[in-house]
Amino acid sequence: MITAKAEPQEVLEAVIIRFVGDSGDGMQLTGTQFSDTSAMFGNDVATFPNYPAEIRAPQGSLYGVSGFQVHIGSVEISTPGDNVDLLVAMNPAGLKTNLRALKPGHTVIVDTDSFSKKNLEKAQYESNPLEDGSLENYRVIEVAMTSLTKETLKAVEGLDNKSITRSKNMFALGMVYWMYDRSTDYTIEFFNKKFKNKPQIIEANTKVLNAGYYFAETLELIPNAYTIAPAKMESGTYRIIMGNTATAWGFLAAAEKSGLELFLGSYPITPASDILHELVKHKHFGVKTLQAEDEIAGITSAIGASFAGDLALTTTSGPGLALKGEALGLAMMIELPLVVVDVQRGGPSTGLPTKTEQSDLLQAMYGRNGESPIIVIAASTPSNCFDFAYEAAKLTLEHMTPVLLLTDGYIANGSAPWKIRSVDDMPEIKNNKVSEAHENWHPYDRDENSLARNWAIPGSPGLEHRVGGLEKDRVSGNVSYVPENHEYMTKIRAEKVKRVQNYIPDIETEFAQEGDLLVVGWGGTYGSLYSAVKQMSDEGHSNIGIAHFNYINPLPKNTEEVLKKFKKIIVCELNSGQFVQILKTNFNGFEFLQLNKVQGLPFANNELIQKFKSLVK
Amino acid sequence: MEAAVKEYTYKDFSSDQEVRWCPGCDDYVILRSMQKALPEMGVKKEDVVFISGIGCSSRFPYYMDTYGMHSIHGRAPAIASGVKLANPDLSVWVITGDGDSMAIGGNHFIHVLRRNLDLNIVLFNNEIYGLTKGQFSPTSLVGQKTKSSPYGNTQPPFSAGELALGAQARFFARVAGNTPKEITQVFIDAEKFKGTSLIEVLQNCPIFNDGCFTKYTDKAVREDRQLHVEHGKPMIFGKERDKGLVLNGLKLEVVTIGENGITQEDLLVHNAKEQDPTLHQMLVRSEYPMVTGIIRSFDDVTLEEREDALTVQVKSDSQFSKTDDLFFSGDIYEVD
Ligand SMILES: Cc1ncc(C[n+]2csc(CCOP(=O)(O)OP(=O)(O)O)c2C)c(N)n1
Ligand code: SF4
Ligand SMILES: [Mg+2]
Repeated sequence: MITAKAEPQEVLEAVIIRFVGDSGDGMQLTGTQFSDTSAMFGNDVATFPNYPAEIRAPQGSLYGVSGFQVHIGSVEISTPGDNVDLLVAMNPAGLKTNLRALKPGHTVIVDTDSFSKKNLEKAQYESNPLEDGSLENYRVIEVAMTSLTKETLKAVEGLDNKSITRSKNMFALGMVYWMYDRSTDYTIEFFNKKFKNKPQIIEANTKVLNAGYYFAETLELIPNAYTIAPAKMESGTYRIIMGNTATAWGFLAAAEKSGLELFLGSYPITPASDILHELVKHKHFGVKTLQAEDEIAGITSAIGASFAGDLALTTTSGPGLALKGEALGLAMMIELPLVVVDVQRGGPSTGLPTKTEQSDLLQAMYGRNGESPIIVIAASTPSNCFDFAYEAAKLTLEHMTPVLLLTDGYIANGSAPWKIRSVDDMPEIKNNKVSEAHENWHPYDRDENSLARNWAIPGSPGLEHRVGGLEKDRVSGNVSYVPENHEYMTKIRAEKVKRVQNYIPDIETEFAQEGDLLVVGWGGTYGSLYSAVKQMSDEGHSNIGIAHFNYINPLPKNTEEVLKKFKKIIVCELNSGQFVQILKTNFNGFEFLQLNKVQGLPFANNELIQKFKSLVK
Repeated sequence: MEAAVKEYTYKDFSSDQEVRWCPGCDDYVILRSMQKALPEMGVKKEDVVFISGIGCSSRFPYYMDTYGMHSIHGRAPAIASGVKLANPDLSVWVITGDGDSMAIGGNHFIHVLRRNLDLNIVLFNNEIYGLTKGQFSPTSLVGQKTKSSPYGNTQPPFSAGELALGAQARFFARVAGNTPKEITQVFIDAEKFKGTSLIEVLQNCPIFNDGCFTKYTDKAVREDRQLHVEHGKPMIFGKERDKGLVLNGLKLEVVTIGENGITQEDLLVHNAKEQDPTLHQMLVRSEYPMVTGIIRSFDDVTLEEREDALTVQVKSDSQFSKTDDLFFSGDIYEVD
């Protein structure tokens, strides 16, 4: 057992730590352990992994570096953060590729054992950065972690060399736990569970973790120890959740609440595959999944399942959405419920599969032949992926038109605390199923308010009917080429989506409710925009507000009203200006300023602050 | 107990929509054969679902008074798979053309066969694109003159059966479009078969590819040119019932009973249930005689059976019965 520190500690509000190393060095695990431990301690946290694109990149190479960033605080944390306060580099390649993210004057911990001539060459260092003075702007803590790990495990029997060197990440974690006054208990408990049948592995990892902790404690090279107090968070039961998991769980909850079975048809694609991986686990909830032969079969199998009465879902990323376009038009035309999730990545074409972007918005809005409006919504944080997945299911079932849910690589792979929502506390989900034939029943009978058509399921006697992609007669649903009918149906389908406005919440402005500058964003940029605006507000700028959109088609009813309350409006997006196009088409008489970034990266805090400051006095 | 299925006639399966195929098109024969077959299948009308793609043939669901979807080009097998996985109790039929299934929908076609869900596929093979007015299809012959091959088609064709067997089809039947009784019977047998059944109908398109099968199907020649196989029966054909098939090395050979000491005993006996598809492949490829009937009918585990077994297993192993159990499991913590 490790007891609390005796030394005086410096209290920090927040800290950003990045663990980097070779893909085999266990950096994801190290980072996750640190963030979970901090969350249990009561901090607010946000994390972001950075995997190499290659599955088995050569050891020690620059492109084989794997990283995990953790932002923890006693204050509200809304992003994984930009530049880091502490960098832990397990090898030269990790140092080389991540040093520029380290704030000047801050600390880097390196495993000196890995700075061999060979590794330096692989990292394309001409001289050893630990010796050539190139790190003089940083505080460098050099620790021979590999040898210290080996030394620690000398006495443990039955361990091969590989298992020994592999546990050096726990040495690093132990050091960082000590530096930030964290208990090792949670991680030790994790070992006990994870390696239940491998007592040596439990022993080895625990020993190395403790060794790292004590090493840091006795090491004079670490002059400061910090602590971060628990954050003030709404009371409740929490867990740390990744955006993609939250998305998957939102659909599980919606299926349970609606009493329908969930069907997922999907084809693997980064960064959406984790939703498939999560949902296939849950056959016990009656979840049906089909890993299809391609994206088209993914969506069309879902359309079939929807026709047969399931809550149907297909998940993908940009290139897959392009393939689904024709089928999505069919779902819109036959007016069946269907949710399509697009976890956006850098585009166009194959683009930047492992990077984030918001460049599929116009594809989501318009990427189909003919006039085929559908509902488009976007999640904005890892944990609210749950709420918007649930909302997507609710909207599609209640309005009988497809819903496209946009998330992105940044929030899908990022994780944050989620105040667990019990299904009992979620809003009701109705659906439009008819089970009994009655006189004068027609498949295209509509609810007079929502305009949703009714949903007659195969197996129901007397409701046999045909649907299809050809234009439908407004009442009977039979094929109709009547010109006026086509125009009428085109309008009805659009009006049905438009009327969703009556069922969604108004857009709310945060910070200033009126004033000089309104920051407008949508989807996954919420954390970055919010923290920048908050910072400015904290600094005394009382005239800047933020309106962040989750509902895109249709837009909330009060959108124009909100826009009118500010002198300047800046629309910030990770694309060349797509949401701004939508705003421009919908609202006349505004000058929309833009802040756009298309680098496959989230907004950095300083670039936002700089821009906003240039627009307000 | 299942409620008894009521007695139907073909009229119960005819919708009120006017049938709009060209006069003389074999599609009419197939439609009527289906409407006659369904009352014999013991399925309830409300449990029958027809899913089609796009093409002349794919208009079929509109004419059936059952559940149906006229979907998009080539995707019917995937849609039907979703229907069947969502509700395995339904009798699910895919209606497709040669272009729909083997050009644009080739991928779904092979994968649906591989997966072996219990559904039926009726392939209307007219060796042409009918709906788009006469371009060559993946089953058109080399040299065939069409709108898009005025000097003759240069692309060698697929044989639907060969492609299907290569994709592990468990059930493959071929019938001529002018033999309504055979078509009806094959539909009934296909519905009975547990697994994906593929029925290729050699369908004459009098408008764009008239007579493409006449050399096998014309009344005057069909007994001499067609071998109608039946499981457990010798492979015998000909007006005089004197021709048959034997295996000569690795090839099929036509022999005449009574010549060279050949008797009926020497003929191959059809085994549709054999797992090894080698002989089925040969039958599919044979041009003289052209083979019709159920060429392959191999009983195998279906996808829904595999999925079901897995679900039962996972359910019994799981500690989660409601989503709350999952959400509140593992690493949760309290903030107060
Ligand atoms: C995506 C798409 N591409 C092309 C078409 C045009 N198209 C409709 S049917 C068809 C070919 C149909 O041929 P086949 O499947 O043999 O059916 P048939 O009309 O002969 O019964 C084509 C190319 C379409 N409807 N959709
Ligand atoms: S074009 Fe050919 S296949 Fe199509 S309906 Fe006419 S005859 Fe039949
Ligand atoms: Mg055809």
